[in-house]
Amino acid sequence: MTELPIIWDIVLAVLLITGGGFTLAGSLGLLKLNNPMSRLHAPTLASTLGVGSLLLASMVAAFAEGRPSLHEALVMAFLFVTAPITANFIAKVHLHRCRDVPDLPPPPADKVWATRSED
Amino acid sequence: MPLRLTRRLLPHPLLTLLLVVVWCLLNNSLTLGTVVFGTILGLLIPILTSAYWPDRPPVARPFGMIVYCVIVIFDIIKSNITVALQILFRGNDSLQPAWITVPLDLRKPEAITILAGSITLTPGTLSADLSADGTALLVHALHAPDPDAVRDDIKARYESRLKEIFA
Repeated sequence: MTELPIIWDIVLAVLLITGGGFTLAGSLGLLKLNNPMSRLHAPTLASTLGVGSLLLASMVAAFAEGRPSLHEALVMAFLFVTAPITANFIAKVHLHRCRDVPDLPPPPADKVWATRSED
Repeated sequence: MPLRLTRRLLPHPLLTLLLVVVWCLLNNSLTLGTVVFGTILGLLIPILTSAYWPDRPPVARPFGMIVYCVIVIFDIIKSNITVALQILFRGNDSLQPAWITVPLDLRKPEAITILAGSITLTPGTLSADLSADGTALLVHALHAPDPDAVRDDIKARYESRLKEIFA
């Protein structure tokens, strides 16, 4: 690895610490929060800003070392397209398995939520 | 006739452009060879797969999509910080999770998918389900003392912009 000017080291350190920090906060939330739907919110931290900062750091490092790489942009794009689908499916499974989710509002116009329409 | 021929050869110009860009990114190089091969892929794949999107909605304002992405990324960063602080410094008892019903003015499936995706990508809110007739979105919020404010925010910030983009 080539020696980088100090400014790049600082930028990279900030990005890596940000990414690590948000990933850690997301994992802590997964442990700490007390109901399944709330727990679903915690990994979003890791999958957006957490992994985003780490990938940005990787990109900055590659450019600073003079071998530019944009693979990370693709990783980010594919992750952002697929992550909501996973969360949506976990939420749907939760709605399926727990028939009596408390406080679930009825949809307007006297219809049912799609997950419950087969009941 | 020339217009119809263009539509047959280029059923999805934005997808063609996207495929060329993705191919160059995958190869991590911008040489004539990758661009030419990317263009071949970008021309062939939309023609081969055009049967799978019979009612593709026209994107009225592609530039609006860029503005929308910037707004969503900004919101993601902002609510990342909010949610991280909530997780680290607030007890479970003081958080008020809530289910929120968002009535939809959007009718196109593609537009609703983008809206639901942006809601989920923003930490703190998560789209869980769609009503059976597709007119309302079920959103779960991690901490929403005022669920109506969250609903109005989603409608004003995201849905109104998507309505203009897919006009």
